[in-house]
Order: sequence, then C-alpha cells, then structure tokens
Amino acid sequence: MASVDIPADMEQVYGYPESLTPAYTHYCPGCTHGTIHRLIAEVLDELGVRENTIGIAPVGCSVLAYYYFDVDMAEAAHGRAPAMATGLKRVSPDKVVFTYQGDGDLASIGIAEIVYAANRGEMFTTIFVNNAIYGMTGGQMAPTTLPGQVTTSSPTGRDVETAGFPMRMAELLGSLPGAAYVTRQAVLDTRGIRRAKKAIKLAFQTQLDGLGFSMVEIISTCPTNWHLGPEDALDWAKEHMVAYFPLGDTKMSDGARALKEGK
Amino acid sequence: MAKELWEGNAAIAEAAIRAGVEAFYGYPITPQTEVLEHFSKRMPEEGRVFLQAESEVASINMVYGAACAGARVMTSSSSPGVSLMQEGISYIACSEVPAVITNIMRGGPGLGNVQPAQGDYFQTVKSAGHGDYHMIALAPASIQEAIDLVVLAFDLADKYRTIVIIVADGSIGQMMEPAEMPPMRPVRLAEERASWALTGAKGREHNIITSLYLGAEKMEEVNLRLQAKLKEIAANEVRWKEYSTEDADLLLIAFGTMGRVCQTVVREAREQGIKVGLLRPITLWPFPSDRIAELAGQVKGILTVEMNAGQMVEDVRLAVEGVCPVQFYGRTGGIVPLPDDILPELEKLAAQVGGEEVE
Repeated sequence: MASVDIPADMEQVYGYPESLTPAYTHYCPGCTHGTIHRLIAEVLDELGVRENTIGIAPVGCSVLAYYYFDVDMAEAAHGRAPAMATGLKRVSPDKVVFTYQGDGDLASIGIAEIVYAANRGEMFTTIFVNNAIYGMTGGQMAPTTLPGQVTTSSPTGRDVETAGFPMRMAELLGSLPGAAYVTRQAVLDTRGIRRAKKAIKLAFQTQLDGLGFSMVEIISTCPTNWHLGPEDALDWAKEHMVAYFPLGDTKMSDGARALKEGK
Repeated sequence: MAKELWEGNAAIAEAAIRAGVEAFYGYPITPQTEVLEHFSKRMPEEGRVFLQAESEVASINMVYGAACAGARVMTSSSSPGVSLMQEGISYIACSEVPAVITNIMRGGPGLGNVQPAQGDYFQTVKSAGHGDYHMIALAPASIQEAIDLVVLAFDLADKYRTIVIIVADGSIGQMMEPAEMPPMRPVRLAEERASWALTGAKGREHNIITSLYLGAEKMEEVNLRLQAKLKEIAANEVRWKEYSTEDADLLLIAFGTMGRVCQTVVREAREQGIKVGLLRPITLWPFPSDRIAELAGQVKGILTVEMNAGQMVEDVRLAVEGVCPVQFYGRTGGIVPLPDDILPELEKLAAQVGGEEVE
C-alpha cells in the first residue's frame, strides 16, 4: 500500500488494516463481504494476533477470502470449514483460528459440522455471513431465504409447505452448552457496522480466553441476486431480514459477559 | 522389542502412535472400531489428540485441517465410511498435504456386512473421489506387515505430501498374531512443522492451502505437477513379494489375506507337481505391473484370486497385455476362499495351458 508520511504533530487514526492484503476483491458492487472482511482485519490488528492467526475459507462467494486476509489460510470443502478448523486448532491450540462461512455453507450442507463444533465448544471463531441467498451459483434458494422470497430455484417464492422454514442459526447454536458467545449482528448501517465490529472482537477475545466456541452471524446483502440497488438492498434487509432474524446475543456465557464488561 | 500378541486393529493404532502420529480423528464402524478405541485410550496417555467425530465426513476434514497445520495425522474407517470420505480425500490430494487413512474392508456394496472382503480395490486404486489423483495404497497380509506398513505410510505421506491408505480386509483387523512393535519415535515439535504449513504468517508471506484454481491453465499446471509426482512415486515405491516364482510355469496373484491363503495353495500345488509361484502386491497403487509383465513372459498362465467379483484382475490383464491367459477366482460377501477352493481352479488353469506335467 502507498504509505503517507504523517507529520510529527499528527496521529494516524485510520488506515489500511495489516491483516488485509492489498488485493482488489472480486465482490460485486454494494456487497457487504468487503465491510465484514475489513472488520475482521481491524480486530485481528487490534488484538495483535495477525501473525498467529489461521483462517478457513468456505465455498461460496467468499471462497477466495484467502487472497484478501493477510493471514495463513486454507480453503475448505463446502460446509466443512468447522471440521477443518477443529482438526487444525486441536493440533495448534496456541493459534487463533476462524472460519468464514456463508448461509448455504454453514446452515445447509455444513450444518452437522457447525452444530458439532459448537457443541464440543471448539476454541475457534466463526463469522457467519447470512444474505439469504446462494450468491456464487447465481441466486438460488438458501437455508435462510425468507418465506415468499423469489430466487432462481424458488421462482414463485419460498413455499414453506414444501421447502421448510429459514434456519435461525444464531438461536440454534446459542442453545448449545459448548457455545460461549453467539450473536447476530447486521452491517446495514454505520451503527450496525460498529456494533458488528465489537461483536467480532468479543468473539475473538472469547477464543483467546479459551472460553469455548464463538460465532457472529452477520445479516448481509446481495444486491446482485436480490436484483436491487445497494441502498435498496440495505433497506430490504432491514425491513425483511432483521424482522425474521432478530439482532442480539443468543448466547452470552458468564466468561464472555465478564470480557464484554471488561472484568 | 520382543514379540507380543496383537490384534490387528489395535496393532495398527499402536504402530501409528509409535510412528509419531499427533492426532487421530475417527468414527466407529465395524470391523475397525478397535482402531478408534485403542487411540481413545492411548492418545490422551501420550498427551496427543484423539477426537471422535460426528461422521466420517467430519473426520476426514479434521484430518485435512490438522494436515494443513503440518501435523502427523490419521483417520481410520471401513468401506462405507471410506466412501463418505472421498470428497475430503480428493481435496487433500489436490492440496498436497500428507495424511494417512486405514480402510479395514468389509463386505459390500451398500451396507453390506461386517465380514472381511476386498471389494474396495477399485475405490482404493482408481480413486473414487473426483478428479485425477491416486493414493499410495499399502496392503498388508499379516499383523506384523500392517505394523511395518503403518510406519512406512507416515514416511511416504510426508516425503511426497500425499495420502497413503492402508487397505486391509476385516480378517487382518480382527485376528491376533505375535508381532513386534517399533520403538517410539519422538513427536514432531511445533517449530519443526513444514514451511508450507499453516503456522501463522510471522516474518513471511501468508501461506495458502487450497484446491481451487479458477483458471484452466493454472488448474492444468497443478494437474501436471500432481501427475509428475505420481510418476515419481510409481517409479520409486512399487512393492511386492514373490514366492516360488523362479521356476514357476503358473502364477498366482493375490493381495492381503488372499495372498497369504495362496501361499498355502502354492505349497499344496507343488506337492502335486504343479510348478506354481505367487506374486503378492504390497502396493496396490503403484501396481507392480512391470514385474507382472516380466513374469507373464515366463509362465503359461496366471490365476488372480480376490475376495471380490474381479477387480485387481483388470490391472493384471492390463499388465499382461494378452501375453498369457489370465483367469480369475473370487468370492464375495465376506467369504474367504480356502486353499481347497482355489486349488481346483489352479488345476483347471494348468490343464488348459498345459502346465500340469509332473516332471
């Protein structure tokens, strides 16, 4: 990155995170993956763990996340990132390990792996990006697609009679004893982005303190496959997704609460 | 070390521990569950990782994760469970991380049964997972050989950054024999992990382990590299054993338990004046094709014996290229052919090719 000389009487208050590579991402205009990548990178920088962190990328739109995070990374098979993270963290307990997963990856094909990892209290952090659609394959119905939502594989809208209901993963995983901190956030406005960053930081701190499994579900947008402009997509997500997927913590263990409250 | 009485499954697990395995991830399935049970007791004693996974799909991906970290790692299963692992195996093969798998084969297809069988030969050597790759496949015929091959498996996996599969039938897994364990090797230290491993990007570029190459040229480049490595393995690592082949004019070919049964067949046939020898492949991949081709020029006929409907015989025929007749005898469903079943087949072949003359 181009560096700027900062005058001696000034302090740098904003910059490009060290935990991101200078690569241009492949994400569509208006996509929130870039925002979420940056939040994670800022947190890794602030915690000073970049050189000790290993990430696992999913199959989905963020399949190339390993080009964007300047940390050691592996690319998992679809849905298997939590199993890989489990295997890796168990032989490298001093490393900071995270998975980055979308809704199809985590809540459909990989649901067994995430449920069992959470239930065992695996000491890694999952960032779960929920945009209610399969983005990479071109807009099919996801496990989190809303009732009535039109996709390329639910052309008349998701019919819950035949396709079942959207999965509320934060609630499901939050109910498991092994989960130390599970929360749902949204990156749909500045306030939400700031809150999401705090949640991501707490999730990584939960891991660093060895408290158990931590996950931040993040309500996200897919303007391309929702066929909406970026701003309209943000509004649609606020109106429809947040109504079905309420924001907030679904699991706050005593240890995580103590961390949050700075005790 | 002195010989002790070992059950095959426990011996495989203990041999892996002696070879310095750092983690075992697995799921119970008969007839290999004792592998998992032995690890569950011994790994915590040694301060190493044991985890019973939620499925074979998860266990192979846990293996993948630990292998990416540069650790010596292993899983074990039996036929249906190994079918479930094929996705992960393909990813591991493309990512070029070392891993060891054991398949204690049972009767199939489908749920099959829990009797010993060799019906996974195709799956093992032709690669049931997607894409172009092979695993090094080691087929022991005794518990001592299983122990020795487990140790070898880890060394080959590390040397070539590849998957090595120990493929044995249920009788090797379940029977007991006197065998000698190797001495305990020290476990690799965290700082001794390979430079390609995911250990944290400290003072170096970040490491990426992936099996995704979106550009066709790049994907082909990776395939060419993999093929070159497989070629090197095929040139260096073919292993087999021969019995009484020097003067043989008939040849038996069999692996694992069948190879052992056929040793008795050789002895009994020779007592009848049938000059038969035996070739027992130890590596199913790479296959001892060159040696078989050589012997095909010496003998009048070949009988391949397997505990399946005829799988390895295809590779034998590819090696022989019609130079001499190749017959097959096999039983399926978990039935282990006995010398009395095989001998008449050998006599038939001898009569057919004129190799039965008593000298």
